[in-house]
Amino acid sequence: MSKLKLIIKREYLAKVRNKSFVIMTFLSPILMVGMIVLIAFLTKVNDSEKRTIAVLNESDYFSNEFNASASVSYIKYKDLDLETAKDSTLSMGLYGLLYIPKEESLEKVSNGAFLYTKDNPVSYILERLERVFENRLRQDRLQKIGVSSEDFASIEKNFDIRTATFKGEENVKGLNMMKAFVGGAFGYLIMMFIIIYGGFVMRSVIEEKTSRIIEVIISSVKPFQLMLGKIIGTSLAGLTQFAIWIFSASLLLIVALLVLDIDLGVMASNPALTSNPMMNMPTPQESEMEFWAKEFFNLPLLLLLVSFIIYFILGYLIYSSIYAAIGAAVDNETDTQQFIFPIILPLMLAIYVGFFSVFSNPHGPIAVGFSLFPLTSPIVMLMRLPGGIGEGGVPLWQLVTSIVFLIITFLGIVWLAAKIYRVGILMYGKKTTYRELFKWLKY
Amino acid sequence: MSHILVAEGVSKKFGTHTALSNISLEIPKNCIYGLLGPNGAGKTTLIRIINQISFPDTGKVFFDGELLAPHHIAAIGYLPEERGLYKSMKVGEQALYLAQLKGLSKTEAKKRLKFWFEKFEIGDWWNKKIQELSKGMAQKIQFIVTVLHDPKLLIFDEPFSGFDPINANKIKDEILSLKEKGTSIIFSTHRMESVEELCEYITLLHESEKLLDGKLSDIKKAYKNNVFKIGLQTEGNIESLLQDLNEAFEITHSEFNTDEKQFDFTVKLPSDDTSIILKKLAALGNINHFNETIPSANDIFIQTVNSKNA
Repeated sequence: MSKLKLIIKREYLAKVRNKSFVIMTFLSPILMVGMIVLIAFLTKVNDSEKRTIAVLNESDYFSNEFNASASVSYIKYKDLDLETAKDSTLSMGLYGLLYIPKEESLEKVSNGAFLYTKDNPVSYILERLERVFENRLRQDRLQKIGVSSEDFASIEKNFDIRTATFKGEENVKGLNMMKAFVGGAFGYLIMMFIIIYGGFVMRSVIEEKTSRIIEVIISSVKPFQLMLGKIIGTSLAGLTQFAIWIFSASLLLIVALLVLDIDLGVMASNPALTSNPMMNMPTPQESEMEFWAKEFFNLPLLLLLVSFIIYFILGYLIYSSIYAAIGAAVDNETDTQQFIFPIILPLMLAIYVGFFSVFSNPHGPIAVGFSLFPLTSPIVMLMRLPGGIGEGGVPLWQLVTSIVFLIITFLGIVWLAAKIYRVGILMYGKKTTYRELFKWLKY
Repeated sequence: MSHILVAEGVSKKFGTHTALSNISLEIPKNCIYGLLGPNGAGKTTLIRIINQISFPDTGKVFFDGELLAPHHIAAIGYLPEERGLYKSMKVGEQALYLAQLKGLSKTEAKKRLKFWFEKFEIGDWWNKKIQELSKGMAQKIQFIVTVLHDPKLLIFDEPFSGFDPINANKIKDEILSLKEKGTSIIFSTHRMESVEELCEYITLLHESEKLLDGKLSDIKKAYKNNVFKIGLQTEGNIESLLQDLNEAFEITHSEFNTDEKQFDFTVKLPSDDTSIILKKLAALGNINHFNETIPSANDIFIQTVNSKNA
């Protein structure tokens, strides 16, 4: 077996057998799923709390407008004065009292209505009650100008403008959101992977230094081989972890949802959890799932996958070799802070630029700049790419330039990192400064 | 070819700091070669160059007659001064890994490890983790891993640090028996006692330069200063005797025991010719000891370093 393979195997096994790694691997999906289930469960519980409203209706209107629903029910008071009604509402522990006074017109009745509650009323109750009044008022006003409800309903229809590219392909609505979602997910995935597993590489280098095995090893293999083996072994362990996470999380999620009988649609339709009400919504004849599936397959999937792999590998190698160099330069983890911040910075920048600039204008100057700059391109370019290449998407030259820059940077950084690594691993007990690092490059 | 390792004018700088300047060495085969020097003399740098961990700025190194090349790594065993093992890895697995990195096949490595583990009576450690072992125990594993691949050249950097006296002796015996089997050994240390016992040849490095090298016995000969320790049993008058001797020789130290009539003294002779003083003393009484004081490696070490600094 070649030495590189031996090193990769050892690093991989050392990582996956590590207790905290094993715990992380199997606990995280449970925690994650637990969290989703908990949120869904709480939302469900929240929604299922039924509130009762007492209605004291002295007017001639609203005799049968208040109908119980899943979340609200009504009790009608008769022949009580307002004070007694308030008292009995409180003593019965009801949520609130709706008072509708006796006036000569509907308008006046409505304006004189009051809702009494202990605290500020919850919004959905208020909305529901207001809607009752609104509907009733609208009917009344329509009647006055002589329009039937059916005519009004036929007028009040939403209108969607249809869009198409100049090539004539009809754009599917919601694609923008899908693009943003997929691009953002890829970008975020790369960042998380770099930070988590880059950190693992760094700690593994520090461990070899502090345990003093490093000199024994590099009398048998080249430092570069060791560094490379370490990076590859650790990332394979990372991929294993990711695969386990995705597989077990989805399995657990399905099981949990089936067992607890929770519909994720509850969450999705909850106005607090869906992001943007301005967005184009599905046309009514499609179910939501079908709609998103269709959107998803409208993305340039092959392009995305291939470029994800390219950007992921190059980006990860660049960053993890920097992490390895940092690990080599220090004696313990506490000394790493000053070096880590400058690495995290471009990653954070990439994510922020991605979310704030790329989604709104994927081909604007800032988006283009950051998708060419090698330290941010793995994240930013992937956020732009769901728009495809060529017309309307990322120009081909930008993609090619970005990858070429990335490869050049990759070679340069790995070369530099290997130099720092080679010198650093044999330096014990020194507090390293940037100046020192610069000097090492010349050794 | 009678040299396992030849260095020709090896120099190495780290920035402005010179670690080695123009070092030339010839290390004969099948001997124990002491690489001596105070801390910071350049020993570790030289060893790292031999191990191809770092590379000389100028100069050449030959291994067994060939220019040092990556494939020689498998023929060298190195026990560094700063040594350790993966703490959370099992002993057996770790030893196998390190042996395979040196180019042994897995089965061969297993066979040899079994042999050594039995020899050191540590067979039951195989599945233990390093963090469960004491420092001395871990050092044994390191020693085994260093010699396991039967290297032609073994390099030990301060091999006895961390061993108790009993285990240090065990290791010393192993080093000697490896030498008997034909292995060449470089032994780097600043502890002189072990040098006297083990090394046939030495090189003394100081502040990146070579101060002296050669066969230890030759060096000692060159450094001896004709000082003798003599014991004489005599009935005569001790005062006149001392005066008498003082006129002819340079007496540095003397002591007389009146009960036993024993006169002990140290004398520095002008040359290594002892016949004159012996003739003279024979007439005065009974000589019961006559020793030439040979400088210890430690003396030579200190003397050379001091004269260099002066």
